[in-house]
Amino acid sequence: MANNGKKSRSQQVTSGPKRPSGVVYWIMAGIALLGLADATFLTVAHLTGDDAVCGSLVGCSTVLGSRYATILGIPTAMFGALAYFTAFSLAILAASGYEWARRLLVGVVGVMFLASLYFLYLQAFVLHAFCPFCLFSAAVTFFLAGLLLVIPSRR
Amino acid sequence: MTKVAAHANQSLLIMKRFLPFILIAVVALLTVGIATAIYRAKMRPTVVATAKRPPAPAPSAAASAAGQATEATPAPVEEKEDPSLHVRGPRNAPVTMEVYGDFQCPSCGHAAGITKELEAEYHGQFRVIFYEFPLAMHEHAVEAAMAAEAAAVQGKFWEMHDKLYEFQTVWSKVRNVGFFFDNYAEAIGLDVARFRADRLSQDLQQGIVAQGEAGTARGVKNTPTIFFNGTEFRGNFTKENLEAALKRALAEKKAP
Repeated sequence: MANNGKKSRSQQVTSGPKRPSGVVYWIMAGIALLGLADATFLTVAHLTGDDAVCGSLVGCSTVLGSRYATILGIPTAMFGALAYFTAFSLAILAASGYEWARRLLVGVVGVMFLASLYFLYLQAFVLHAFCPFCLFSAAVTFFLAGLLLVIPSRR
Repeated sequence: MTKVAAHANQSLLIMKRFLPFILIAVVALLTVGIATAIYRAKMRPTVVATAKRPPAPAPSAAASAAGQATEATPAPVEEKEDPSLHVRGPRNAPVTMEVYGDFQCPSCGHAAGITKELEAEYHGQFRVIFYEFPLAMHEHAVEAAMAAEAAAVQGKFWEMHDKLYEFQTVWSKVRNVGFFFDNYAEAIGLDVARFRADRLSQDLQQGIVAQGEAGTARGVKNTPTIFFNGTEFRGNFTKENLEAALKRALAEKKAP
C-alpha cells in the first residue's frame, strides 16, 4: 500500500492490463490499427496512382488529387500511417503499464487531433469536397482523443 | 517444485515484458509487407504511366524528298480521313483547320478557346481536326492525351478536349491527374470504369505515338501547330490573327 507511488518497472509492466484504463488502451490500439489500415491503403493508392479507390465519388477524387495530398512530395497519407502506427505502439505500451508511453500518447493523439481538424477545414472550406477515407481517418482520431478523455475518470 | 514455479513465473514475466514489443514489431512487419505486396501487384500492369511522349524520329529521306515537311504542302486531309480522326464540324466545310495540340500546353488552351469562338461565329464554314502531340516538357501531357483518346472510344473526344483545356490550370499542378480526369469523365457522362481502363490502354498509347510521328513527319515541332487547308499558320495565337488566316483560307477556297 505504502509503495503505490513508487512502483518498480516490472510491477508497472505487469500491473497495466489489469486496470480499467489498461483496457481502454487496448481498445485504442485496436482503433489505431483501423486508422493505420486506412492510411496505408491510401498511401499505396497514391504511390501507384490508383484512383479507382474513389469509385464514382467526385469529391473523393478532388481531395485525393489535390495539392494537399502530398507534403514535400511525400503522400500525406503516409504521415497518417506513421502517426497511427505510433499511436498503436504507444497504446500497446501504455496498456502494458509504461507511464512515459501514456504521456507521449496524449501528445501524439493531440497532434493528430489538430491535424484532423486542419484536414477537415481544407475539405470543407478550401476544396469544397470530402473524401470518405479522410473522414474515416478523422473519425478514428476523434475517437482516440475521446477515449483518452475517458481514461482519467476511470482511474 | 517451488524452484520450477518460480522459474515459470520468471519466464512469464519476461514474456509479458516483451509481448508489447513483439506485437508492435508484428504489426510493423505486416503493414510494410502487405503494403509492399499491394504496391507490387498494382504496379505490374501499368504500362502508360512511364510513357513520356511519342518518339520524334527524324523525317525519312523519302518523306523529305516528297516535301511532306514543308509548310506550303497541303496535307491530304480528305484522303487519309478515317473514323478515328477527331473532327468537329461539317465534313463538307470549305476550310479544314488542323490542330496539333498538347493538353498541358498553355498556348494550346488559349488557341482552343479562340477556336471555339470562331466555330460559333463561322458556324459550318470550317471544321477542326485535332491531332495529339504531347510534349516531353509537360509532365501530364501523355496522360491527358490518353484521357482524351479514352473519351473518344466512347464518342466524347471533344467533350473531354474542352474539359481538359477548361481545367488545364487545375490538373496541370497536381500529381495524380487520374483523379481529375475521372471527374471530367463522369461529368461528361462517360462510363467511368471503362474510361479508366481505356486511358491505360497500350493500343491508345500507340495511336497517340502514331499521331505524334505523323505530325513530326509533317514538320510539326511545337504546339499548337495549326494548318488551314494544309497551310501552316504562322504568328501569335490571337483571335485577330487566327480569324484573318481563316478568312484567307475561305477566300482562297471560293476563288477559282
